[in-house]
Amino acid sequence: MSFASASRRKSFGSALTVAAVFVFACLPFLLGHLAGSSAPYWLDVLNTVGLYAILALSLNIILGHAGLFHMGHAAFFAVGAYVSAILNLTFDWPIMATIPAAALAAGLLAGLVAWPVVHLSGDYLLIVTIGIVEIVRIALTNDIFGLTGGPNGLVGISRPEIMGFRLTRPQHFFYLIWGLVAVSVLLFDWLERSRFGRALKYIREDVVAAESMGVNTNKYKILAFVIGAAWAGLAGTVYASRMRTISPESFNFTESVFLFIIVILGGRGNQKGVLLGSFLVMGLPEIFRGFENKRLLVFGAALVIMMIFRPGGLLPARSPGYKLPEPYRSRYKRLPDLSSGGVFNGAGSRANGPNASASEGFASGQAAAPSSGSGESSDSSKVISVDVGQDLVK
Amino acid sequence: MALLSLQKVTKTFGGLVAVSDVSCEVSSDSVVGLIGPNGAGKTTVFNLITGSIRLTEGDIFFDGKSLKGLRPSRIVSLGIARTFQSIRLFQGLSVLDNVLSGCHCRMRSGLFSSLLHLPGQRREEKAVLERAMIELEFVGLAHLFRSAAGSLPYGDQRKLEIARALATDPRFLILDEPAGGMNEQETMTLREIMKAIRKRNITVMLIEHDMSFVMHVCDHLLVMENGQLIAQGAPQEIQKNPKVIEAYLGLEDDDE
Amino acid sequence: MPDFEFFLQQLSNGLTRGSIYALIALGYTMVYGVMKLINFAHGELFALGAYLGYTLLVVFGLGGSLGPPLAIGLSIIMVVGLVSLAGYLLERVAYRPLRSSDRLAAVVSALGASIFLQNAIMLQWGAQYRAFGADLLPNVVFHIGGFNLPLVRVLVFVAAVAVMAALHVFVHRTRLGLAIRAAAIDQGAAKLMGVDVQKVIILVFIIGPALGGLAGLLVGVYYGQINFNMGQLYGLKAFTAAIVGGIGNITGAMVGGLLLGLLEALGEGYISVIWKDAITFLVLILILVFRPTGLLKERVAEKL
Repeated sequence: MSFASASRRKSFGSALTVAAVFVFACLPFLLGHLAGSSAPYWLDVLNTVGLYAILALSLNIILGHAGLFHMGHAAFFAVGAYVSAILNLTFDWPIMATIPAAALAAGLLAGLVAWPVVHLSGDYLLIVTIGIVEIVRIALTNDIFGLTGGPNGLVGISRPEIMGFRLTRPQHFFYLIWGLVAVSVLLFDWLERSRFGRALKYIREDVVAAESMGVNTNKYKILAFVIGAAWAGLAGTVYASRMRTISPESFNFTESVFLFIIVILGGRGNQKGVLLGSFLVMGLPEIFRGFENKRLLVFGAALVIMMIFRPGGLLPARSPGYKLPEPYRSRYKRLPDLSSGGVFNGAGSRANGPNASASEGFASGQAAAPSSGSGESSDSSKVISVDVGQDLVK
Repeated sequence: MALLSLQKVTKTFGGLVAVSDVSCEVSSDSVVGLIGPNGAGKTTVFNLITGSIRLTEGDIFFDGKSLKGLRPSRIVSLGIARTFQSIRLFQGLSVLDNVLSGCHCRMRSGLFSSLLHLPGQRREEKAVLERAMIELEFVGLAHLFRSAAGSLPYGDQRKLEIARALATDPRFLILDEPAGGMNEQETMTLREIMKAIRKRNITVMLIEHDMSFVMHVCDHLLVMENGQLIAQGAPQEIQKNPKVIEAYLGLEDDDE
Repeated sequence: MPDFEFFLQQLSNGLTRGSIYALIALGYTMVYGVMKLINFAHGELFALGAYLGYTLLVVFGLGGSLGPPLAIGLSIIMVVGLVSLAGYLLERVAYRPLRSSDRLAAVVSALGASIFLQNAIMLQWGAQYRAFGADLLPNVVFHIGGFNLPLVRVLVFVAAVAVMAALHVFVHRTRLGLAIRAAAIDQGAAKLMGVDVQKVIILVFIIGPALGGLAGLLVGVYYGQINFNMGQLYGLKAFTAAIVGGIGNITGAMVGGLLLGLLEALGEGYISVIWKDAITFLVLILILVFRPTGLLKERVAEKL
């Protein structure tokens, strides 16, 4: 693989992405021409997909990055929606102003709920999160504090107003929702590549090792829940103002299941996968109408099949690339990705037992790069010395 | 000037006494070997020091500060790092990501600065990437930074664990069978690495069964058997100590 | 109704309900004991039992044509047989291929199977309530003092207890039972001692679902109506019972089930009906937080 073609491929990929995003952004106008009178319907579908995407991206932090089994995400969505609705209806807050409160409330609930239970192992945490979402729903249905309107919910929530402009039509919500999707993708990408994101991944891979490496695992598990929940709360506000009516049934266990499926099927830990999952799980049934009833049946089976053949999901998680600082960037630029362990190591050099090959050429403190490399790297002439005592003596 | 001090340390699991009344000291700038037959309680002592399990009785002091009741992650930030007997790398993550985990405790970026990619966080990331690459070069694995940790050959995985521990900027390094499963070549390389670690003024305590490795590398030995410390001293003395010899070789005479 | 009779009413209610929870809980606990995996689909197998019973007794009219004892006896045999088969297939398709994979994959597969089954049941039988018919069993009620004890309640309770007793004997007095217990303690060691672990796994995936299916049939007969949601609801409650008793612990599941049934009945009678379901979840969460090993013992939390 020559360097030139790799970079050309990358820039072609980016150009394609930009083009796709541009076309997508023009959809509200294009649909008018393509679909005519059913355009509003399809815009609505896209808006639903987008909303689920925001929720799924926030769940991805908890389930995908941190690997915490969580099937109660709808509860946080519900809290955000209800807090916004109550502030708007009872206290006349403009919808957009309720967003911080909604996020805060959802985040707080998550923190409170997670704190006593994060140390539980996988299956049990799952059960607890299911229990929580049910308790929240029951509380909402039973008109807790007299504010939630009981089983009929709350009606007449205002539309959002941004700088004097009122969002009323699907087109408006399209830009709001998908704008939020874009923001989510960006922020969460930054998060993934940071100390925080890495900490979550360490917890997912091996929680004991993570703790032994200085990651306060309980704290980060709770924080993962908090940030995921807060974002879901934000989505709740958008939902409330879009539907103008909310009721406990919109936030039941099945919704949590859908979100879970989106993340797992799409690719946990991979934002592109999650987006793909949102389109598949929420969008496909709209295209294949008869599918509606059998939706969960198919997805249930899909989960089993996916776990057998491709447990990482359709687009599995990938290590984020790092931009190494100089001098390391140029020093290691040309080396091929040796994730197979390299030709040199012979057949199947896995960590299952002592392996002779790696250290050949490692005589007296001089490590030659080719030791774990292959014939390819013999021209890179990188001889890395173990003898770096002088740099590191404190 | 003891860096680490164990005082009457005892650990019981239900009815089983794994470690019984162990007291000893480790001075800074030394390499101490903890040896003894299997089941003597050596890894348990390590787990007690690193906080992975709780003390039943006694206390452990690091640089004068008691470690009792502290979380493992807290103990790491105090300056104690470890490797594991059975390798516990983050198998699915890259070599670089694995070493970066060591840097975690020395960083300060939190949730918000990470989410918003603030300049301070960006600077810190750059510094930490540099540190990680330095450690990787130290053990000779830098060229593999992109590879998945699980794909590395066994000896390299052990080295990676060491690099990861070194990235925490420790004053005290605990190695649990660092030469386990290594062949001649790899063991020689490991010895070089140990020498280099020594030059960095890091105190080391290790469990090892490879006696020639131990004799070459350690300047002080602690010998355990059945949960108790039965001898300590310089390697040459220990070699001749009758109690030690009996512990290792006297098993045929046991009526267990 | 005077206080003492009311209490007895709730007590008998609770015991019967509890015995059903116990039967279902046993399914969770036996599978968990050997596989260290929560079979999320178990609740749906319970529901399947109820619906198959409905089909046999009502749709095929066995209840009418054969008379209660024979009809029910035959249904029991057929339902148990069919649900056991379903359990076997479940293990074969959704769990066995994942034996060597990581936990999350197995858990997700279990969830997927559960979702699939629940919706299969809904598609096949519809979402509305299905009635079993009140005349399936003689409508005899015993009057003891001021307290009414329906015969059905007694029969269900006795049936459940009898089955549990038989299971207890099986597990503690037979070689197969010993094999199950050995595999539950340590699969590897059991294998080395000559236990055919694969066979044991198949066995628990037959016995567990069989008990669940039987419980489903009993619920249909006792309450007179079923709906496709029952698997989820009963499943979660039975799971709570299993946890309370210590998951993996067979006696614990029985005790946990009875305890939960009593708690629920008493709570319903003395506090409020609305929050009844929430009580179960709360109990579950409280137990997991404060005493995850359950009343009788088993590890569920990561120890650092």
